[in-house]
Amino acid sequence: MEKIIEIQHLKKSFGENEVLTDINFSVNKGEVVCIIGASGSGKSTLLRCLNLLEIPTSGKILYHGKNILEHGMSNAVYRAKMGMVFQQFNLFNNLTVLDNCVVGQIKVLKRDAATAKKTAMEYLDQVGMSQYITAKPNQISGGQKQRVAIARALSMEPEALLFDEPTSALDPEMVGEVLKVMKSLAKSGLTMLVVTHEMAFARDVSNRTVFMDKGVIVEDDVPEVIFNNPSNERTKTFLKRVLED
Amino acid sequence: MMSVTPDSPFFDWVLFIWLQNWPFFLKAAGITLIIALTGTIIGFGIGIVIGVIRTIPIDNTTGPIKRFVLKVVDLLLLCYIEIFRGTPMMVQAMVIFYGAAMVFGIQLTMLYAGIFIVSINTGAYMAEIVRGGILSIDKGQFEAAHSIGMTHSQTMFSIVLPQAIRLILPALSNEFVINIKDTSVLSVIGVVELFFQSKTAAGANFRFFETFTITSVMYFIMTFTVTRILRYFEKKLEGPSVYTIHGSQTVPEAEIKIVDRERD
Repeated sequence: MEKIIEIQHLKKSFGENEVLTDINFSVNKGEVVCIIGASGSGKSTLLRCLNLLEIPTSGKILYHGKNILEHGMSNAVYRAKMGMVFQQFNLFNNLTVLDNCVVGQIKVLKRDAATAKKTAMEYLDQVGMSQYITAKPNQISGGQKQRVAIARALSMEPEALLFDEPTSALDPEMVGEVLKVMKSLAKSGLTMLVVTHEMAFARDVSNRTVFMDKGVIVEDDVPEVIFNNPSNERTKTFLKRVLED
Repeated sequence: MMSVTPDSPFFDWVLFIWLQNWPFFLKAAGITLIIALTGTIIGFGIGIVIGVIRTIPIDNTTGPIKRFVLKVVDLLLLCYIEIFRGTPMMVQAMVIFYGAAMVFGIQLTMLYAGIFIVSINTGAYMAEIVRGGILSIDKGQFEAAHSIGMTHSQTMFSIVLPQAIRLILPALSNEFVINIKDTSVLSVIGVVELFFQSKTAAGANFRFFETFTITSVMYFIMTFTVTRILRYFEKKLEGPSVYTIHGSQTVPEAEIKIVDRERD
């Protein structure tokens, strides 16, 4: 299997506070990896490091075998390959739904307007938002915003899509529509890395589930093992706590 | 031509002075508006440029040369802002108008001198307003733009600045109104704007109260009209409050108007 990203000995500190301690892990092409863990365990920081929204303190991020923290590839080019979906959606408030999906293609990928629009419409259609192209972000619901945000990331045709707790800021009745879109993406073979509190999603959809605690990866295995037969005590305690709710 | 005596009632004098001087008053009001408008627009431009430069991020990935240049530029801009915000425009007018002639041998025309002074003065205020506007935009907007590979300048000009400008528009209107009134200080260097013209007209009849009543009304009409017009534009920039759903599931041609969620 082809490794898209491999992380070696990654560390990240904010001042004195070490958030990530020696992370080693990799993502293969077509894999859906869910990262679970308590708040403050460093899972969002790990994801943000992968998109270089945070610059790691030390360690390597190998993208197709090349360390992007050292030389060669510009951050902008790399970031365009790693789409990101945020907890707070972060749609561009001054642009319509369509332009949210078009602006990056024109500015970064240098596509012409017609191609960009065609691509955007394709993905907006896929997430069921093609009817709302002239709406502004403040006119649509949270679930709709997140679906547009997914379409925006997909429009850049990235190699992998990073999801940072995509349903955590949503009203409960809107979680379903977003998860449905994510499930269909997973089925289509997109490489996905999902930080989530949705245990059912991790269990049913992911190929691999990673449990993080206090800045380290405690367990990294297929979801059947993580959820039914975890080997680590910390994983057991965490799952017992969240699954009881 | 009507005639008045020193004992004539107030409004007779007002009418008399107006009839005697109205073309000059109108011309002077025009000068006031031209200086205020041009000065506000140029000042806004200065403010945007400085606001954008001063919000260029400096972090661990910034190279040493770029870091040094940015710090120096930032310091110079800060000096400009502090000096022009910290001295009266009337004094700036004297220093620049007479200083330009003495030190550099540049004889500015009154109008250009006036526009120049109002512009750089407004620029100093707008620089901080624009910077505040940019800083008030949610960090998520930058992150989202960066996450799809946009550079800082692309993010600034296509995403952040349009939102920031909308936010600072009320402050811009405010600055314009202030400028209409503050052009009166340019009379010290002899710019024939409304205040200067009023002093001349009042001096001819020694009727200050009546003359400056006319002046006040004229200033008020200008500021009030401008405020209304800018308010209209602010509303317009907020965009339409409805949007259209293109082609519903059942009726492909349907165009359904949805009322804005937040403003409804």
